[in-house]
Amino acid sequence: MTNTAVQITRNGKSPFPTSPTSFDEKLAAHNLELRAAAIDILQVNVGKLCNQACKHCHVDASPIRTEIMRRETVEDCLNALRKYKIPTLDITGGAPELIPDFRYFVMEAKKTGAKVIVRHNLTVMFENGQEDLPEFFAENEVEVVSSLPYFLPTQTDAQRGTGVFDKSIEALKKLNAVGYGTAEKLILNLVYNPVGAFLPPSQTAVEADFKRELQTRYEVVFNNLFTITNMPIARYLDWLRRSKNEESYMRKLVSAFNPATVAGLMCRNLISIDWTGKLFDCDFNQMLDLNVESSLPQTIADFNPEKFAGRQIATANHCFGCTAGSGSSCGGTVS
Amino acid sequence: MSYYNEEDLNRFGEIGKSRPDLFEKFMAWYQACQEDGALSKREKALIGLAVAVTIQCPYCIDAFTNSALESGSNMEQMTEAIHLASAIRGGASLIHGIQSHNAHDKVSM
Repeated sequence: MTNTAVQITRNGKSPFPTSPTSFDEKLAAHNLELRAAAIDILQVNVGKLCNQACKHCHVDASPIRTEIMRRETVEDCLNALRKYKIPTLDITGGAPELIPDFRYFVMEAKKTGAKVIVRHNLTVMFENGQEDLPEFFAENEVEVVSSLPYFLPTQTDAQRGTGVFDKSIEALKKLNAVGYGTAEKLILNLVYNPVGAFLPPSQTAVEADFKRELQTRYEVVFNNLFTITNMPIARYLDWLRRSKNEESYMRKLVSAFNPATVAGLMCRNLISIDWTGKLFDCDFNQMLDLNVESSLPQTIADFNPEKFAGRQIATANHCFGCTAGSGSSCGGTVS
Repeated sequence: MSYYNEEDLNRFGEIGKSRPDLFEKFMAWYQACQEDGALSKREKALIGLAVAVTIQCPYCIDAFTNSALESGSNMEQMTEAIHLASAIRGGASLIHGIQSHNAHDKVSM
């Protein structure tokens, strides 16, 4: 299913970006290898269904996608959390709130003692039946991570769709109203993605801009801003190709390779699970169908973290997206 | 054939094939000028963009537009910097009009 989706969306072209040098060659030139440490995070992509269709989305998520996680796979994830006491569950999508078992998944995961992070796109709370999401998040002390590519409407709507900025601000106010961004246990983090073929600015500098501008313009508060580099795969790669930016963007990523980021890459301490329960080294590899080492268990039902510690991470040229400049991860910069 | 090729910006380092010692000194100076200091990287990128537009160097305009974006500036801020540079340039022409007035006054009754 995933393979088919990738092939269709790439219009017969390779799903991998072309690059002046390979990622593995670059690692070797710096005497580095990419191996996993212990697994602290179970990152579960519950499906491709989303109420938005953002131009940079590496999942190719949209309202017409039908791939969503079933209850038995949710149970397999919960069993792994319970059995191995994994400290963090990171739920992503699509818009994860749209799968029928989302709230069950969150509530059961909280019972295991895990920290639960939800990658929430803000506008989904205006969909039918989702209006009480802020209260649900607060009751379960979910850490909310939300994309807001810029503090102005033009840039945000250009990436995420017309009208998304205004809805996002309204949603942020609702999250603030239940305590997000101010209460100690209600963490609201925002994500900055460049709106185009360029690298993100310094996280510290742009976080200060976002805090000042969102407060003064809209009276919105939040905890941290994560800057994330756009990954040259899926819908964003299509845009790079259409706008004739693929070559220059890849050159930019390769020239900005920073060996100091490798030790902190997110693939070293997480395992990624797709909507069918299949295991990957990260969410990007998941979209490219780059499997974990073939000698390892391939599904969450057979998962055992001890077998995964020290594994060789599967890489390709998209990995330059995580090692450019200060590095990039689901938690922002890494060095 | 165009005298300006976009690809040439990526070949800048080739200048260093001859007298690499001079090019290395230039690059060290050029890069140090753009780091955070008493002015932030962002402020310096906007100054760089304003200068690039003023000297009408297409390579510099390309490079400093990207630097401005990658230091968190938006189109409004970049356009303000470009307007300021252009206004100074316009003002520089206009102030020379006084020389014309002086010359006029000198030869006129």
